[in-house]
Amino acid sequence: MDIFVCLKMVPDTSETEVRVDSTGKDILKVRLLYTTNEADNYALETALLLKEQFGGTVTVISVGTQSVDEILKMALAKGADKAIRLTDDLFLNGDAWTVAYALYQAISKNKFDLVLTGCIATDDGNSQIGPMLAALLQIPSAAYVTKVEIINNTKAKVNRELEGGLLEIKEISLPALFTIQTGINTPRYPSIIGIKRASSKPFEVLNATQLNIDPNKLAALTEIRQLYQPKVEAKAQFITGSDDEISTKLAELIKEKVGL
Amino acid sequence: MIALLIETRNINEASTSQGRVKDISFEMLTLAHQISQQHNYPVIALVLSNNCQPIVDEIKQYCHEIICVEDNCLENFNTQIYQPILHQIISELKPTITMIGHSGFGTDLAPYLATTLGLPLITDVFDVELNSTLLVRRQMYGGKIIAEVISKMLPAMITVRAGSFEKITASPSVNLNLSAKVTKKPFTLDQTIFEKSKFLGYGEVPTTGIDITKADVIVAIGRGIKEQKNIPLIEQFANEIGGTLACTRPIIDAGWLPKDRQVGSSGKTVKPKLYIALGISGAFQHISGMKNSETIIAVNKDPEAPIFSVAHYGVVGDVLKIMPVLANKIKELKG
Repeated sequence: MDIFVCLKMVPDTSETEVRVDSTGKDILKVRLLYTTNEADNYALETALLLKEQFGGTVTVISVGTQSVDEILKMALAKGADKAIRLTDDLFLNGDAWTVAYALYQAISKNKFDLVLTGCIATDDGNSQIGPMLAALLQIPSAAYVTKVEIINNTKAKVNRELEGGLLEIKEISLPALFTIQTGINTPRYPSIIGIKRASSKPFEVLNATQLNIDPNKLAALTEIRQLYQPKVEAKAQFITGSDDEISTKLAELIKEKVGL
Repeated sequence: MIALLIETRNINEASTSQGRVKDISFEMLTLAHQISQQHNYPVIALVLSNNCQPIVDEIKQYCHEIICVEDNCLENFNTQIYQPILHQIISELKPTITMIGHSGFGTDLAPYLATTLGLPLITDVFDVELNSTLLVRRQMYGGKIIAEVISKMLPAMITVRAGSFEKITASPSVNLNLSAKVTKKPFTLDQTIFEKSKFLGYGEVPTTGIDITKADVIVAIGRGIKEQKNIPLIEQFANEIGGTLACTRPIIDAGWLPKDRQVGSSGKTVKPKLYIALGISGAFQHISGMKNSETIIAVNKDPEAPIFSVAHYGVVGDVLKIMPVLANKIKELKG
C-alpha cells in the first residue's frame, strides 16, 4: 500500500494570545512555536500503522519554505520513507485552491493507493484541501474520518464523524483520499534510531517549473481582506482576589446555585 | 439567484417533534433572504431525497423555487452520489451564491463540488455581505481571530456555520408565503459510482453508561488541565458538589476520558443547572454544546478567552492553583 500524507506546519496558538500584525492580513509570528498541524499528525500515524500492517511506502509532502523541513524530517524519523517539499513564491501567495493544485500536480505524477490529510488546520480552519485534492485527482474521498479499515487491498471501510456523536459508515474503493480526525489513534514519537535514519532518506524539493505547472492555474480564488481580534463581549462577572478569596466566593456561589 | 442545499434528517432520525429539514437549512434560508431582499434575487432550494414531498412541504413557503431530485439512491447522504448530481444542477443554474451547511455532510461535499465546478469556496462563514464582491466573515485560530475574506470572482460557494443565523421559521420579521414552484430534475449517473462508494449505515460512538446530558451539575475540563494526573483532583471536586465530569475534544483525543464525556458539536449538547468550565478557552465547537446552561462559571488564564463571552461568572487564573484551594473550601462548607 503506497500512501501519501499531506502535512502542514502551523503555529501552535492553542494556549497563547494571537495578535494581528501591521499588514492587517496576517498574525504576529514572533514568539510562536511551529509544529505539525494536529490532525495531520494523526493522518501520518494512520499511514504508518497501515504500512506496518500491509507493507508499502509512506511519502510525506508539504508546501512551504525551508522552515517546513523540520516537520518533514520529523515524519521521516517516525517512519515515513520519503519527503517532498513543494516550494515556490507562486504556492506561498495563494489560497487553499493554490495549495491543493500544487499538491495535485506533485502527487498525480506518482502511483498511490491512498492519500491522507488532516481534517482541519488549526490556523485557518478551512477543511478544504483534502476533498479539493481528491476532486483534482478524480478519486473518491471521505472527510472527518475516525476509523479506517482496509479490505482486500482494494477497498476501505471508514467511519466519518457527523454531529452529536453520530457516525456515517461507508465503503470506498481505492485509490481514495481521507481527511483524518484527531483522536483516531495515538501518534508516536520518533525513536533515536528513527532520527538517525531520517537524514539518509530521500528528500525532494520541487518548484512550479519542475512540476511543469501553468502559473495561471495557481491563481488564488479567494483572498483575506483583513484580520481582526473579535471583541470578547465579556458577559462574565469576574471574580477577583487572591486564590483563597476567589475560592471562598466560588464555593459560596456553587452552594447558592446547587446546594451542597 | 441564491441556491442552497437543503440538509435533511434520515427518515429514521426524523421524529414527530422535528421534521425532516435540519436547523442549518432554515438558518441558511434566513441568510438567503437577507441577500435576496437586497438584490431581488430568487431563493432556490435544492432537495435530494428518496421522498421529496415531506421536505418540500416544510420549506415551500420560504423559497421561490425548489428543485427536487428524487431517487432511491438518495435515501442517505453520500458525497460520491450527491456531488455529480449537484454539479449538473449548479452548472446549469449558475447561482450567484451556492450555500451548503458547514456540517458533517457539507464539509465532506462542498470542497469536492466547488472544485469540479471551478467555483471559489469559502468555508465555515458566519456573516455574509454581497455587494459588487462577496465578502464573508469567518473565524481563524480557534476563534481568536476573525477574518474578512473576499471571493475574487462570482459565482461562488460558501459553507455556513450552524447557529449563525436565526431559523427562518423562528424569525418574526420574516413573513413569507412564497409557495415555491417545484421542479423535478432528471439526472444521469455513471453507474460505476455505486461500486466506488457505498453507504453502509449510521453508527454511534460507544457509551460507558454515563449520560452527561442528564446531569444537573457538570464540571468540564479542557487543555488547561495540562496533564492526566491532574484529573483525579477535579473528579473528586465534581463528586463533592454532586457533579459529573465532562470535557472538550483534546481531552478525548489524548485518551484521558471516554468519548461519551465530550461536550460540543461532535459530542453532546448539555444544559445543566451549573456548568463549571476549567481550563477551557471556548472554541466554537465546545461553546455550541454548552452555551444554554443555566449558570456557567469559567476559570481560564487568558482574560480574552471566548469562554468568558458565554460564562456568567469568570475567574482569570491558573486552574491548577485554584482548584485545590476551592476543593478545600467546598469540604469546609459541607462541614
